[in-house]
Order: sequence, then C-alpha cells, then structure tokens
Amino acid sequence: MWDSIQKFFRDLAERDATWNFIYIYDDNELERVLDGIWVTLELSVVCVVFSVVIGLVGAWLQGARSRVVRSVVQGYIQFFRNTPPLVQLMFFYFALGQFTPTYSPDGYLQQPIISNVGWAIISLSFFAGAFNVEIFRAGIEAVPQSTQEAAESLGMSRLQAYVYVVLPLAFRVSLPALNNNLVNLVKTTTQALAIAVPELLYQLVSIYNDYSTSQNACMVLMFIVYITLVGFLVFGMNRWERRMVIPGYGGGGG
Amino acid sequence: MTDTANGHWTSAQPIVSLKDVHKSFGDLEVLKGISFDVMKGEVICIIGPSGSGKSTLIRCVNALNPIDSGSITVEGQEVNDPRLDKLELRKKVGMVFQQYNLFPHRTALENVMMAPVLVLKEDKASVEGRARALIRKVRLEGKEDSFPGELSGGQQQRVAIARSLAMQPDVMLFDEVTAALDPETVKEVLVTIRELAEEGMTCMLVTHEMGFAREIADHIYFTDRGVIVEHGPPATFFDEAKDPRTQEFLGQIL
Repeated sequence: MWDSIQKFFRDLAERDATWNFIYIYDDNELERVLDGIWVTLELSVVCVVFSVVIGLVGAWLQGARSRVVRSVVQGYIQFFRNTPPLVQLMFFYFALGQFTPTYSPDGYLQQPIISNVGWAIISLSFFAGAFNVEIFRAGIEAVPQSTQEAAESLGMSRLQAYVYVVLPLAFRVSLPALNNNLVNLVKTTTQALAIAVPELLYQLVSIYNDYSTSQNACMVLMFIVYITLVGFLVFGMNRWERRMVIPGYGGGGG
Repeated sequence: MTDTANGHWTSAQPIVSLKDVHKSFGDLEVLKGISFDVMKGEVICIIGPSGSGKSTLIRCVNALNPIDSGSITVEGQEVNDPRLDKLELRKKVGMVFQQYNLFPHRTALENVMMAPVLVLKEDKASVEGRARALIRKVRLEGKEDSFPGELSGGQQQRVAIARSLAMQPDVMLFDEVTAALDPETVKEVLVTIRELAEEGMTCMLVTHEMGFAREIADHIYFTDRGVIVEHGPPATFFDEAKDPRTQEFLGQIL
C-alpha cells in the first residue's frame, strides 16, 4: 500500500516538476518532516503550558498589595505585548544568548546552557503569557467581589480564595479569549525558524531549498499540518468549555 | 439550648462589644460613634432606613470593612488591630449575605464542606457527615448534589446558612438575608434563623422584617445617619418609641 503510494508520487514528480512530494517517497526527507512536526508539537505544548502558568501567576500578582510587584507585572506585560514576537526571539537568542554561561558536554566544544530551542520556549511562553495575564485578569474582574467576600468571611486566605473560588469561575469566563491566544501561540511557533529551531517550517524550507521542485508540495503540507494541529486545539478547547458549564450560571460561553 | 450552639465563650462579658465605632467611605462618614454590647446567646436586630450604615456596621464585626476608630471586640479579641489573626476571628463569626454568595461551581454539599476542609483542615469524611446533617437541618435533604443555580433563592440562602454553620461559629451575622427573596420563600429562611436563635446561637441581624424582628429579637437597635437613635427590647421599642425619627420610620413601615 505505502509502496504504491510512494511510487505514485515518484512518478508524479517525474511527470510534473512543479509537484514533487519528495517527503513522501524519500525516507530521509520524510524523517525531516516527521522530526519537524515533532518539534512543532513539543514547542506548542510546552509553550501553551508555560504561558498559561505565567498567565495565572501574573494575574495573581496583579492583585498583590505591593505596588512594586504590580508595576513589575505591568512592565512585563507592556514589554512583551508591545514588541513583535520575532524581534523578541532574536533579541533573546542573539543578544541575551551572548551573556549566558556555557558548558562543555564533551570537554572540547563550549555550548551555551540555553539552546535555541530553550530560548524559543522562553521567549514564546513569555510572549503569550503576557496576553494570558490580561485574559485571566478580565476573567477575575468578572467574578463578583461579593463571592470573594464570602470566601474571605469563611476564613479562606487570599490564596485559597483565588485557587478554589475565584480562579475556577474566572477561568470559565476567560476560556474563549484564552482559546484565541493559544491558537495564535501555536501559529507563532513557526517564527522560531529565525533562530534555527528545527520545527516544521524550518524543515520544510530546508527541503525546498535542497529540492526546489518540492516547493509547492511543501507549502501544501505546511497548511495541512497547521490546520490539523490548530483544529485539534480548538476542538479540545471548545469541548472543555462546554464541559465546564455550570448549571444555572452564565450562558455557558459556548 | 442544644450542643450545636455550644460556643466556647462562657464569660459573663459581652461576646461582641462595640465602643465608639467610626467609619468613613471617603468624605462620607457612615458610622458616627456606635456603641453596644451583645451577650452570648442573645439575638439582636439592627433596623433603620436605607443608607443608615446598618450593613456597614455588621460587616465591621468580622473585619470585612476595617473601622477608622473605636473598638470592636469579639470574645475579647480586638478586631481593629493591625496584627489581628483574621482566620481566628472568622472561625468565631459566621456571616450570611443578602445575595447568598454561594460558590456557583460547587454543589450545595461542596459549598458547605469547603471551608472546614480547606480552612480548618478537617478530615473530609467527618466534615461530610456534619455537612449532610446541616443540609437536613435547613430542610434541603435531596438537594446535596444540586448546584446553586439549580436552587431557588430561599434554598440558596439556606445553603448559605448551612455553609456558615459548618464552621461552627459562636456568632452569626445576617445581613438583610431575606431582602432579595420572593415573599413566599422569606418564611422558610426565617424559620431556619428562628431555630438557630432558639438553640442559643448568638445572632446579629440587619433586617427589614419588622414582624420577625419583634418576634425573635432580645434587643432592637434603630440606626439612622450613622448613630443609634433608640434601642430597647422589642415590646418597649415597637410600642413606646420615643424618638420622633423612630416613630416616623415605624409609622412608614408597620
């Protein structure tokens, strides 16, 4: 079966030089594509998780009593929200990367302790995290002050009230906006190309640089993979949103 | 007196004592020197026109609103003390709000169980037994697994009372707890409060239910524009009010 598919595309490439699906019939290129998809997945999942954690912690700190803490969070948001993610990636990798210590795994070559993948994760997580802080803040502000007072008057600490009462309610309000931002984050992982992170776009660009006839085929694959990936994310988030609906509370958001 | 209201305060001293309490919101002075004592097991009602500071007064007792000057003590503990251990205070003082303020994402049973488990670190199984008993006590057997949004206002308010009682407080504060209810459901909530009072629970109520106040209260305080205008046991208060402001208020309402 797979053999005949490979044969079909090999023949197609010979007949028509504009449709060279080399990554289907050439195992080396297939491996590059699969590696690329894997790195894209990894980068997406790790950045989604970190950015949500950053958002939750940031939104908590925004309610802190200390003005210094609040200004630091505000400064962070302004910096990451108001600069392009591509510039951030390059700044982190090329500028900050210069100052990070190095280590030598083989006793011969020096390597920076934070790799380009590491910088991509840091930069993209903080970028999306800045938006998540604002998204969660909006959700928190939608929780009535009186609900928080009830938690307080039952003896809950500020942290307990946040974790067990405010956040579960705020989260439900935040989900549609969070959904949007995470979709954007997954799409923005392609910009890690600029610092040579071997994700899908990087691999596909390399392939069509090596085999210029495969350019169209690479573009097609790129769209298919991202539509599928983001499709799964949106599907999952929408299901989650529906599952979180509380009887008799709000419209249910979905 | 049954053991459900068997508080820890046995002294002949007042369980709650207010002395010359002042409180302003910005330029508006809401409480202009309020003083009175509540003895253990006593039921007091605070009545008065809207905006007379009744709710503010009761909210000061469990430190939801900080006071500007004067003194409030609960079981000898000064509430207006910056080093106040709010948790200790809130273990002693339960509060029920006008808008119920249940946690909409938790079932009735979970609402009742949450604070003892989280705040008092009690064993879940023993809390559950107590919570189910309290739900029976407020006549909501069978509603344990309902979400607040699935309950009527009166039912929600009774869950809120059970939730407060689960912390085994010595004093209960009721802030206009029937003001948001339909006339038909007011009664079921009042019955619950009356039972509590009969069991010897110390209760402070802000209410517009004059008939109820007359029936249940040991002492009535009439506030207007931030001061206590007149007070006395219900019989003398309602029938022999001396101050013209009290007479006018009672004339409008009775």
